[in-house]
Amino acid sequence: MARERTGMVERRGAGLWLTHLGMIAGVLVIFFPIWLAFVASTVTQPEIVRPPMPLWPGDQFLANYRAALLSGVNVPVATMLLNSFVMAMGIALGKIVISLLSAFAIVYFRFPGRTLFFWLIFLTLMLPVEVRIVPTYEVVAGFGMLNSYSGLIFPLIASATATFLFRQFFLTVPDELAEAARVDGARPMRFFLDILLPMSRTNIAALFVILFIYGWNQYLWPLLITTDPEMNTIVMGIRQMFPSGDDVADWPVIMATSILAMIPPVFVVISMQRLFVRGLVDSEK
Amino acid sequence: MEKRVTFKGWLLPLLLIAPQVAISAVFFFYPAGQAIWQSLFIPDPFGLSMQYVGLGNFEYLLSDPFYRQSFVTTAVFSTLVTLVSMVPALFLAVMADRLLKGAGVYRTLLIWPYAIAPAVAGVLWMFMFNTRVGVISWYLGQLGYDWNHVLNGGEAMGLVVVASAWGRISYNFLFFFAALQAVPRSVIEAAAIDGARFWRRFFTIVLPLLSPVTFFLLVVNVVYAFFETFGVIHTITSGGPQQSTTILVYKVFADGFVGQDLGSSAAQSVILLVVVGALTVVQFKYIEKRVHY
Repeated sequence: MARERTGMVERRGAGLWLTHLGMIAGVLVIFFPIWLAFVASTVTQPEIVRPPMPLWPGDQFLANYRAALLSGVNVPVATMLLNSFVMAMGIALGKIVISLLSAFAIVYFRFPGRTLFFWLIFLTLMLPVEVRIVPTYEVVAGFGMLNSYSGLIFPLIASATATFLFRQFFLTVPDELAEAARVDGARPMRFFLDILLPMSRTNIAALFVILFIYGWNQYLWPLLITTDPEMNTIVMGIRQMFPSGDDVADWPVIMATSILAMIPPVFVVISMQRLFVRGLVDSEK
Repeated sequence: MEKRVTFKGWLLPLLLIAPQVAISAVFFFYPAGQAIWQSLFIPDPFGLSMQYVGLGNFEYLLSDPFYRQSFVTTAVFSTLVTLVSMVPALFLAVMADRLLKGAGVYRTLLIWPYAIAPAVAGVLWMFMFNTRVGVISWYLGQLGYDWNHVLNGGEAMGLVVVASAWGRISYNFLFFFAALQAVPRSVIEAAAIDGARFWRRFFTIVLPLLSPVTFFLLVVNVVYAFFETFGVIHTITSGGPQQSTTILVYKVFADGFVGQDLGSSAAQSVILLVVVGALTVVQFKYIEKRVHY
């Protein structure tokens, strides 16, 4: 995005400071909920239940996070973090692998039923899991996959977004490469592994960021199929930490859990910002 | 578009495509087919047999005031989420675009909420407005305003809208900012030389150039509000009070899993399927158009 900045229409002087002030105000407002959750995760329960709670962190950071990670409410948060990690990685890697393979088949081969398969796969673009939730639940229950990692992962990789992206990318790969590989007598899988995969590195990484966050942030599906607290993921587990009825919620531990639930996706987004923005723009195009 | 150079053989490609076809068949086509099939039946009270009712479930749904209300709620909700997430994002992006330095830092900070799950966002906002311990509700109380989203439907709607729009502000900001950076400087400077002031330049030059990305974001944000906000609603209001925040996706869940009314839930799935289909067509039409730009 290198653009010549002549500075002619940009803000200067008082206007510049006003613009910075406006941006800072915007950032503060947007950050406030996160800040408040962090503060709540570092104070004691009495400080929260007697409003107003403090707006500056207290000294209970270690105690609250230790309580959350090692005992939690229904199940240690460490367990939920592990479950979320397995689910997010499973969805991201699983979807990337099956999509790479099928996009390769669709772009580089002519085989009977190709067009039909193509359209069948592309129909799946249209239907989020929320819409087909009851019958999908029955299928997973029928396979005995409730409370299992495979039950968490498989129904969420049945969508063609990644296939669509890889197909678009493969179509831009010069024909000469495949031609040369064929002349050299390379078998299709050699071409796929030695040429196509290395060329797709950036796309794979960008897609990984998007899919990891997608998987990590799932809520409804894990809520339905993990009845055993040992299998809860962190994002759905937070809600399970609220007591039913009139008991008072353990706010410091719940807020510590919320902070823990946002660290991995925020870390992935911030550390891979360039890739992420690119992946986002590509996948929505 | 097709490749001119291809490999020979048909067994290998079938094997390559098999995993995706198998997973799609088992976890997508079969359940989707089931939803359509079940929408034509009602189970007897003991769940032992199914009675064919044709389009009865649909007729019943469309005449059900609660379902019609849910349509209205969804329309209000998604319009508000789209507005509340796009207007501040555009405003922030325009400001960031006017900075020579530091825009990148603001972008890094503003990106955060996008990564946060809707359900977690719901918990954060519910905490701030909690009727017993919430900071904002407490300060509102000091000002003489008695906030109670547990009882007041309008306040409940406001809260789920803001909590849902929050993370989307980041997302929309990224797109608006990228689009603004791509607006040719020379055009703007030419207008500036001709004496057009900032707002005039904004409305006559910048905004029209932003229309493709704005339309794209409209569609994407509506889809988001329809289908991805379940976590926010479930954590903050559970659809209440008096169903005032029961959007369509929430109702599929509430009727299917809580109410165990499978026929009705399946019929609702089919109606949503049609809605997604229509939105997808709009999106693709738009993509087609953009390719020819």
